[in-house]
Amino acid sequence: MNRQSTGPDSFAAETTVVVSHLTRKFGSFTAVDNVSFTVARGEIFGFLGANGAGKTTTIRMLCGLLKPSSGSASVAGLDVYHQPEKIKTKIGYMSQQFSLYEDLTVRENIQFYGGIYGLSRLQIRSKTDELLHYLNLWDQVDVLTRDLPLGWKQRMALSSAILHDPPIIFLDEPTSGVDPASRREFWLLIYELAARGKTVFVTTHYMDEAEYCHRVSIMKDGRIVELDKPERLKNKYAAKNMQQVFINIVKGKDK
Amino acid sequence: MKPIVTMTFPVSIQNLKKSYAAVPAVQNVSIQVQKGEIYGLIGPDGAGKTTIIRILVSLLDADGGEVLFMGRNVSQNVRYVRSNIGYMPQRFSLYRDLSVRQNLRFFGDLFHVPRHIQEQRLKALYDFSKLGPFQNRLAGALSGGMKQKLALSCMLMHEPDVIVLDEPTFGVDPVSRAEFWDILKMLASNGKCLLVSTAYMDEAYLCHRIGLLDKGRLLAQNKPQVLIERFDFPLYRIRSEQPHKIYTQLKATYFEKHIQLFGDGVYFIDRDKSGSAAIRRRLADLNITYDKFEPVKPTLENLFLELMI
Amino acid sequence: MNPVLPTIIKKEFIHIWRDPQTLVIILLMPLMMLILYGYAITLEMKQIRTAVVDLDKTPQSREFIEKIISTGFFHVTRVDVPYRQIEDIFFRSQARCVIVIPDNFAEKLAGDSSTPVQLVVDASDPNAANFINNYMARINVGFNLQHGAGNGGIFSVEARLLYNPDLLSAYFFVPGLVAVIILLSSALLTSIAIVREIEFGTMEQILVSPVRPNQIIIGKIVPYLVLSFLDGVLILFFAHLWFHVPVYGSLLLLGFSLFVYILTGLCFGVLISTVARSQQVAMMAVMVITILPSFMLSGFIFPVRSMPHILREISVIVPATHFLRIIRGIMLKGTGIFQLLPELGILTAFSILLIAISIRKFHTKLE
Repeated sequence: MNRQSTGPDSFAAETTVVVSHLTRKFGSFTAVDNVSFTVARGEIFGFLGANGAGKTTTIRMLCGLLKPSSGSASVAGLDVYHQPEKIKTKIGYMSQQFSLYEDLTVRENIQFYGGIYGLSRLQIRSKTDELLHYLNLWDQVDVLTRDLPLGWKQRMALSSAILHDPPIIFLDEPTSGVDPASRREFWLLIYELAARGKTVFVTTHYMDEAEYCHRVSIMKDGRIVELDKPERLKNKYAAKNMQQVFINIVKGKDK
Repeated sequence: MKPIVTMTFPVSIQNLKKSYAAVPAVQNVSIQVQKGEIYGLIGPDGAGKTTIIRILVSLLDADGGEVLFMGRNVSQNVRYVRSNIGYMPQRFSLYRDLSVRQNLRFFGDLFHVPRHIQEQRLKALYDFSKLGPFQNRLAGALSGGMKQKLALSCMLMHEPDVIVLDEPTFGVDPVSRAEFWDILKMLASNGKCLLVSTAYMDEAYLCHRIGLLDKGRLLAQNKPQVLIERFDFPLYRIRSEQPHKIYTQLKATYFEKHIQLFGDGVYFIDRDKSGSAAIRRRLADLNITYDKFEPVKPTLENLFLELMI
Repeated sequence: MNPVLPTIIKKEFIHIWRDPQTLVIILLMPLMMLILYGYAITLEMKQIRTAVVDLDKTPQSREFIEKIISTGFFHVTRVDVPYRQIEDIFFRSQARCVIVIPDNFAEKLAGDSSTPVQLVVDASDPNAANFINNYMARINVGFNLQHGAGNGGIFSVEARLLYNPDLLSAYFFVPGLVAVIILLSSALLTSIAIVREIEFGTMEQILVSPVRPNQIIIGKIVPYLVLSFLDGVLILFFAHLWFHVPVYGSLLLLGFSLFVYILTGLCFGVLISTVARSQQVAMMAVMVITILPSFMLSGFIFPVRSMPHILREISVIVPATHFLRIIRGIMLKGTGIFQLLPELGILTAFSILLIAISIRKFHTKLE
């Protein structure tokens, strides 16, 4: 039998994100409409949907950047209404633009982000060492970021985002334009982070990337229309890949 | 070596070379595109797709090789190329503070399209792009998919026979991408010649022919179905909830070169053609547990990974 | 007529209308600069801190001191300074000039001979010193005339004063300020025009079209010519209303000269825009290249005549030098077009040269 909230075994019972009837309106427009879901510790949770379906708004609410109109949500046990600033210390965020300073070296970037998150100098040093080894970037530590290949920049962006050891990580289209081999190395890292108990949110337009997720949610017009394991969704829609599932859901139902 | 029957190919690139400050960006690439054909340049960022395209549209000079557009040398016919080619850059390059209609008219004027013909073309373009209802909206306020359609429409205002698109669907959701590709197919069936670059592997199947590009080299080029046949090893999928664990375990063994990690499992390339039974025995020997072991057909991504090694 | 140029001009106008915030800044920033700098300079010229050493201590000497105070130009801070402390006063910046009334002041005044009053000026600010000197001379002449003291003028009066009879510094400074501000604001407008399209990526699209560099460059200049001209008129209007700078010459000629000068500024901005790598670099370059020479070398502050030879040569290539002559000529002297033809000719030549270089330097490729 399939375990309820999926893959990662040892943490399955703990939930880190609980969203209930979450709604966000902009004027008369409802961007996020009564959305509910839970995400377990150590889970890789895919967040799919067409442009404008409400993904970004949902994630902004979960990151404490935007107040919901109604409903409730807690992230790492913190309430999005009352503790948005605390939430920011519990999440790591990596965007597709990789917010790295191109004219700083790998080490300088990591030190800068460590400083932003208020790590002590000692902590930054030990964290830098740990991450560089872990990400296999040790030889490149004094290389300017702009001179790194894209795949390495991506790993570095991830390392900057998790420097403060957040339990929850948001990845916004993390592997856009990265070559197939580097993408796989990146996903191995993501799996390892999940295995260490990190919860990983991924938004993406690459449907093959959705396959790597433990569960995916597909949003349409502000609502979550499907939420399940990729395998089960493929069976349900008799599709050979997630691309077809997505197109069936987003396009099929309104015709 | 002289290219043979160049005139039949609206786009003909022979042994193209280009370096940036001694770093080679494109090495000996040869591509020819016919009328009515969609040729896909498939590869990651930094593979050289944009460089090839910019040389073709005369925005960059080649270091070596020959690039012909409609049989004419591009570097010697810059004005001819720019007046007749249709080019859509990778970055959204329209005026965000102009409306949909103003953008279309601007590009019509830029290419000397007479006003009454512009009106006819506007109608046709609104029809297939479904941008008609949004004609007074500012381009910057359009969704990603609509922006791409507007960029395409602007470029079609002067009805070019050769259309060059640099990652036109980058960052666009799958449904909008599918619609965009429907338009490209229609253009090809009307006899246009299309060169499209993309980093999305699934779009490769929509091209008539593709070139797999990595680090400035063309790894292979042909029809997608023919290319896949080049992958002539049996391929198996080891399905599991946690494919990365199996991958890591196998990577530590001599199977390192036999495996590829995918979201739905670990793919095992049977290089030695030892057969599924033998492989399953080896997996059992290594104490690897999995949900399912099944033969699968290779995909372009399997091939690409194989060729990249 | 080629339809491409009007198309580009129209598009630029749309950009301007679509961004009303920037439009307001474009129109108001130069005006703000005029008012702020104009006031800063005239205020400084009005309340000159002055110390008086009265060695005579007679009703006549007191009358003289009162005359000085009543002009409003001098702010007398001390009247009881011992002669030996003059240097000390300058070191402490307690006064910028010291007036020494000799002990035989009343006597000499009555005795129908020239009346020597010593004026000691802190010349570390030569420009201010010059003004103080001129001012003092005026007062002195007036005082002498009042007392029927023949050819009592002690100080030589510069020819410049003839055209600024009330010795209001605003008359002299505001036209110069107008010249600097117009050059700066017009050059700033076009300096980002081309490099912005490169940064936004829109240049890549229009390069792959039959458009020619001259069409892009001229298409960028024309809309801002209209805008800057309106702005220039606004500034001159304010200079006239607010700072009471008169216009003795022809308004038409003034408008025409303004047009020519603005064109030079815009062409200069375009040249910067074709070579700059980013909008930031372009704007910085414009500020450095326009402000400093316009202030220092144009004759705005220091008369070109009294500059060292090399600087005088350089001042010829500073557009503000020529416009300054034009605008001072027209506004303060009522000079006609024939006397200003060399200046107008030079400015036109600048514009043509700058456009030609811009078109040549315009990158039609991405490398």
